[in-house]
Amino acid sequence: MLQQFSYDLAHLIGATVLMAGFGMLYQRRLFAVLNTFAFQALALAAAAAWQAHVQNAPHLYATAAIALIFKAIAVPIALHWLVERLGIHRTVETALSIGWTMIVGVALVALAIMLVLPVTAKAAALTRESLSIAMSVVLLGMLMMITRRNAVTQVVGFMALENGLILAAVSAKGMPLVVEISIAFSVLVAMTVFGIFFFRIRERFDSLDLHFLETYRGDRQ
Amino acid sequence: MSVTAAMQAGAANPILWILAIPLGAAGFLAVLPGWRLATWLNVAVSGATFLSSLVLFQHRPEPTRLLFIDDFNVYLVALTAFVGFTTSIFSAAYISRESRAKHLSDMHLRFYHAMYQAFLFTMLLALVANNIGVMWVAIEAATLTTVLMVSLYRTREAIEAAWKYFILCSVGIGLALFGTTLVYLAAQPVMGDGADAMAWTLLITKAAGFHPDLLNLAFVFLLVGYGTKVGLAPLHAWLPDAHAEGPTPISAVLSGLLLNVALYALLRFKMLISTNPETLAPGPLMIMMGLSSLFLSGFMLYRRGDIKRLFAYSSIEHMGVITFAFGLGGAVANFAGLMHMTMHSLTKSAIFFAVGIITQNAGTKRIADIRGLTASHPVLGWGFVIAVLAIAGLPPMGVFMSEFLVVTSAFSKQPLLALPLVVGLLLAFGALVSRLQGMAFGPPPPPNRRAHGGGNWLGTMMATVPLWLHMSLVVIAGLWLPAPLVAWFEAVAKLLG
Repeated sequence: MLQQFSYDLAHLIGATVLMAGFGMLYQRRLFAVLNTFAFQALALAAAAAWQAHVQNAPHLYATAAIALIFKAIAVPIALHWLVERLGIHRTVETALSIGWTMIVGVALVALAIMLVLPVTAKAAALTRESLSIAMSVVLLGMLMMITRRNAVTQVVGFMALENGLILAAVSAKGMPLVVEISIAFSVLVAMTVFGIFFFRIRERFDSLDLHFLETYRGDRQ
Repeated sequence: MSVTAAMQAGAANPILWILAIPLGAAGFLAVLPGWRLATWLNVAVSGATFLSSLVLFQHRPEPTRLLFIDDFNVYLVALTAFVGFTTSIFSAAYISRESRAKHLSDMHLRFYHAMYQAFLFTMLLALVANNIGVMWVAIEAATLTTVLMVSLYRTREAIEAAWKYFILCSVGIGLALFGTTLVYLAAQPVMGDGADAMAWTLLITKAAGFHPDLLNLAFVFLLVGYGTKVGLAPLHAWLPDAHAEGPTPISAVLSGLLLNVALYALLRFKMLISTNPETLAPGPLMIMMGLSSLFLSGFMLYRRGDIKRLFAYSSIEHMGVITFAFGLGGAVANFAGLMHMTMHSLTKSAIFFAVGIITQNAGTKRIADIRGLTASHPVLGWGFVIAVLAIAGLPPMGVFMSEFLVVTSAFSKQPLLALPLVVGLLLAFGALVSRLQGMAFGPPPPPNRRAHGGGNWLGTMMATVPLWLHMSLVVIAGLWLPAPLVAWFEAVAKLLG
């Protein structure tokens, strides 16, 4: 009875993370994307904390804290500040229309479920569904990186992908190094994005639109 | 165990020294003002790392849950430390010229040296890590340090290249993490929860009992993930830009070392998958990606106008050949793959040493503007000619030997696959030789105002000695391999299955 409840709650939180992934694809305004991402990170923190409680693994509380403080609060605030400060376009530029993106997203979730469920037939029920949800979140993050042109949305897409990876790692019972992995990701994003790129791209191009990458092929003579 | 006992055990374990030296140096170089001292210290520290890596051949420590040394990684650790050392010598010459030309500020140079040692540390950690999670963290950190170094020049192209590298390789290592999690999930029912289910030396003994479907799924993610970092087509897009826009010593270690380390990670998982009889054979997937890399780069080589991009594509080609060889499997092909990894590492870093000096002398990276090197700079020019002929696969160099072995084993195992392999190799050969002719021979062009060569004899010698050292090793290996080395390569080839 109690075990059933802990499964159900874990799935509910996982599904919330997934829904937030769809929510991000649906937004047309940059600030709304950031807010939806903060919500997804909040749900991830809840998922990690619940797993810490269920698995009796206190180190996962650290993962939850990193998700809450770094991803749900610090990163969205910093990106908000950058967008305002740098005067970046506040609308999301799409390479694929929102309707089509949603359809592809649904197809990706179906693919993840069809791929993971048969493979994990013998694994524990908790792992099975959590893994398919996590893989869906990863694929939606990739979809966002591909179909949204702006550098800010690309970074948000990468962090959404990373949310899926952390969700998979916390759901795998007893997996070591989860905290170290989430720290490693945070350092990567923080150092690369804030330390180097946003300021330098601003210095050079006055725009964070990655469109310029397409005019440059490096090697035309 | 008391603290002193733990410290004694640590002092006796050479692996810890190999990791502690570059890590400590990275911290120290980050706060050390003055780049002149830093370049020398960088050389000294890399040399010390190389010397302590040689201790591993004498005294091999027992594997722990986190770190281990076996026949396979001991040779890659030594190779990585060696190329790291020779590149640091070249880097000293390169940096002093760049600094004289005022391309880099003192702050950038301090950062550069700290990152160079941090990068060596992450690669060595990835090689000796027994825990597959630690290995992943190390490769992720290697990505971070190299992204920062690629953007060092702050030009428009450098930032674009670094951004592309960051986006593509972050997604790649993200997928590799998913694969790593899946391997843990496959291992967990057999090994139990916790660190045991991530220790490679323990996993390999029990892998036959793991769930085969989960392992299959995991391998696909690992192949795509680490394959991005190896630079296999169609996931190679970051590689030419990152090589072309970063400082040339970084191009040398990227091509010569980082690609090997990523491939090493992939091979460890291949060994794991192969022990399970019910999984899909990983070979055909690797053969397919290897051949597509070979062909793509074979054609792309013809249209390159930038000298660093040319050799970056050549790295994709060679990683393709190596992946093909390991995909084919069997004693001969594995032997050839291991040898090719070594030969490519030595030759390609030697080429980038030459290219670094050539582009500084010429003040341009455009192949069309580089002419008559053998006339204007004979020692450098002829070294460059030998290195390019070696990488193109001309006998009697070591690269020819290993390519010949790959082709013969392909003929004996899968004759149909040997045909595209030979065609691809010939394509790349033609492209490199035709480019080389223009650069090496003919009258040298008039001096360019952007050229920033010159300098004292010591600087010139430090740039060319590593080049000639690498090339003499490659030529010797082509003519004669010492018997213990052969026996040892054979043992590792057997280990790889």
